[in-house]
Amino acid sequence: MVATPKPQVDIGDYRYGFRDEEDYVFKSKKGLNREVIEEISRMKGEPDWMLEFRLKSYEHFLKRPMPNWGSPAIHEIDFDDIYYYIRPAEKQGKTWDEVPAYIKDTFEKLGIPEAERKFLAGVGAQYESEVIYHSLREDLEKQGVIFLDMDAAVREHPDIVQQYFGTVIPYADNKFAALNSAVWSGGSFIYVPEGVRVEVPLQAYFRINAENMGQFERTLIICAPGSYVHYVEGCTAPTYSTNSLHSAVVEIIVQEGARARYTTIQNWSKNVFNLVTKRAAAYKDATMEWVDGNLGSKVTMKYPAVWLMEPGARGEVLSVAFSGDGQHQDAGAKMVHAAPHTSSQITSKSISKGTGRSSYRGLVKVHPGAEHVRSNVICDALLLDETSKTDTYPYMEIEEESVSIGHEATVSKVAEEQIFYLQSRGLSETEAMSMIVNGFIEPIAKELPLEYAVELNRLIQLEMEGSVG
Amino acid sequence: MFEITNLHASIEDTEILKGVDLTIHKGEIHALMGPNGSGKSTLANVIAGHPAYEVTEGTILFNGEDILEMEPDERAQLGIFLAFQYPTVIPGVSMANFLRMAVTNVRNARAEREAGDGEAKKMTPREFRKLMREKMQVLHMDESFATRYLNEGFSGGEKKRAEILQMALLEPTMAILDETDSGLDIDALRVVSEGVNALANDEMGVLLITHYQRLLNHIKPHFVHIMMDGRVVQSGGPELAHELEAKGYEKLRAEVAATA
Repeated sequence: MVATPKPQVDIGDYRYGFRDEEDYVFKSKKGLNREVIEEISRMKGEPDWMLEFRLKSYEHFLKRPMPNWGSPAIHEIDFDDIYYYIRPAEKQGKTWDEVPAYIKDTFEKLGIPEAERKFLAGVGAQYESEVIYHSLREDLEKQGVIFLDMDAAVREHPDIVQQYFGTVIPYADNKFAALNSAVWSGGSFIYVPEGVRVEVPLQAYFRINAENMGQFERTLIICAPGSYVHYVEGCTAPTYSTNSLHSAVVEIIVQEGARARYTTIQNWSKNVFNLVTKRAAAYKDATMEWVDGNLGSKVTMKYPAVWLMEPGARGEVLSVAFSGDGQHQDAGAKMVHAAPHTSSQITSKSISKGTGRSSYRGLVKVHPGAEHVRSNVICDALLLDETSKTDTYPYMEIEEESVSIGHEATVSKVAEEQIFYLQSRGLSETEAMSMIVNGFIEPIAKELPLEYAVELNRLIQLEMEGSVG
Repeated sequence: MFEITNLHASIEDTEILKGVDLTIHKGEIHALMGPNGSGKSTLANVIAGHPAYEVTEGTILFNGEDILEMEPDERAQLGIFLAFQYPTVIPGVSMANFLRMAVTNVRNARAEREAGDGEAKKMTPREFRKLMREKMQVLHMDESFATRYLNEGFSGGEKKRAEILQMALLEPTMAILDETDSGLDIDALRVVSEGVNALANDEMGVLLITHYQRLLNHIKPHFVHIMMDGRVVQSGGPELAHELEAKGYEKLRAEVAATA
C-alpha cells in the first residue's frame, strides 16, 4: 500500500483536504437498515444489550422528524447515500509503527504523533469508524486512569459502561442522538478515579477519509469525586464535492468536587455536516467547562450543555465560531439549573465573513426550586463585511424567582478606522484584519493551552487569507 | 525630500484640501497651525493614506516617489509615520504583539531596501524585546504596558505616549504628529516632547500639527505654517507662532483676506 495524498485545492485555503486511497478491511454498503446495524454489532462482538440499544435507537431515528430549526441545509442530507461503517484496519496499534503506513503518514501530516511526544498524556486516533491508535502515559495507567476507545471499553469495562452509557443523553434525545446511538463506532472512554488529577491533556483526533462517509463516534467521560481531566479533540476531513456527515454523542459525568474540561477545535472540510450532541451532568461542587471552537464544516449545529444537578455545581461554555463563505455555524450552549446554588457562564464569540452565517443559540433553564442560581451569558458577533450574517437565539426558561441572570449581546463590524490604524503601522490589510479577529477571540484563546491557542490563531489566519482585496 | 504640491482632497464630495503646498527637508521640524476645520487633520490623514479621502488633484512626493497610489502600509514601510490625534482601540490585541508585527514589517522592508540584492538583516524576536524595553524606559512607561490591549482603557496621556513609543520603534524618516499635545497635562506634555526631541534627527522630517503655541515651547520648530480653509496661507520662522498667539486666528484671517 502506497500513501497517495492528493492535495485538494478547490475550496478555500483548507490545508487538510488531502485524501488517502482506500485500502479497507471492511466497508459497509451505502445506506442504513437493520442488517447494517446488526453487522456493525457482530463485527465488534458486542454484548446483546448493546445490539438491543442500537436497534431501539434505530426505530426512534426512523420515527423522529428532522429538526425544523437551525440550518435549512440539513434537509439536503441523504441518509441512503452515506457509508455508516468503515473498518480501516484489522487491529489497533499501541505504537504508531503498528498502524498501517499510509494512515500513520496522514496523522504525521496532521501533527498528532509530534503533539503526543511534546505535550499530551494520551492519544486516541480515529480513522473512519475505528480508533486505529491508542496510548496512555504509564504513570496515569498505574493511578487507575482508564483511557480507551469506546469499543474496547464495552469489552473491557462492561459494568461501568452499562451503568452510564446513554444516561446523560438518552437515545431519544434528538434525531441525531438516535442515529449515533444506532450506528456509533469509536470515540473515547475515560474514567478518572477519585482524587486523581490528570494535569496534562488527553487528546482524541478524528479523521474522515472516504467520500460520503458518516462518522459517529461516541464518547463517555466519568470523573470520580475530586478528580480532574482535560480532554481535547480535533478533527479534519478531505474536501469532496459531495457531503459527509459527522454526528457524535459526548456524555460526561462530573462527580462531587471534580472538574472536567473538554476542548474542541473543529476543522472539518467544508462539505461536512457536523451535528453533534454534547452534554455533561455536574454534581455537588463539580465544575464542567466546554471550550468549543468551530472553524470548519458546511453546517455545524452544536450546543454543549451542562446539567447542574446538585448545589455548588458550576458550568461554563466558551464558544468561538468562524463562518466563512458557504458555512453556517449554529452554535451555542445550554445550561440547565436543576439544583439551588448552581452557577453558569456562557461566553460566545462568532465571526462571519463573505456568505458565512453564524448563529448563537442558547438556553438557560432554571427549574422550580433552584434558588440562588447565577447565570451570565455574553454573546458577541463580529461581521467582517457587508454580506456576512449573524443572528442570536437566546432562550431563557426561568421558573424560579430568587435568581440572578445576566445577558449581553453585541454585534460589531470591523471599523475602517481600525484597519487604517494598523495599516498605517505597516501591517497589510489582511494582517490587520487577522489581528483584529484574533483580538476579538482573545478572551477564549487565552483559556486554551498555548499549543491550541497558536493553532486557533493560525487557522483563523488561513481563513483570512484572500478574504480582503 | 517630502514635497506636497497643489494637493486637493475631498471626503464624501466635500472638498477639504484646496491646494496645499508644503515642502519639508530632512532634519527640519515644521509646525502646522490653524483653526478648527482648516484641514490640518485631513492633511495628516491624506498623507498616511486614509481610504475615506479622495485626492482629486496634486502630488505628494517622498524622496522623489509619488506615494498617493500606495496603500497605507506601503507608505509606513517607506518611513512615513502618523501619530494620531485619536488612536483607535483594538480590543484583545496586546501592545507587544502589535508592536512586534509593526516593527518587523517596517524594519524588514527597510532592511530589504538597504540590502538591495544582498541579504537583508532581519530583526530577531529577542532584539525586538530588548529594543521595546529600552524605548519604553525613555518614555517613562511601565513594562506592564506591553501586555495591555492596544489603546484600550488608556488615559489621554497614555495614548499619546503609546503613539510616540510606536514612532520610536518604527524610526520613520517623515513623522507627522497630529495634535499630540491635546489632552495632555504639563508633565505628560514634557515627557512626550522630550521623547520627540530625542527622536528628531538629521535624517528625519517632522510635521507638528497643533492648535497652540504651548507645544512649541517644548519642541522648537524651524518653520511655522498657518493653514486656513484648506490651504497653507502663511509660512515663516518660529516668530510666526508668537505673532499668531498674540493676534489670534481671526485677525490673521482678515489680513490674509485683505492681501488675497
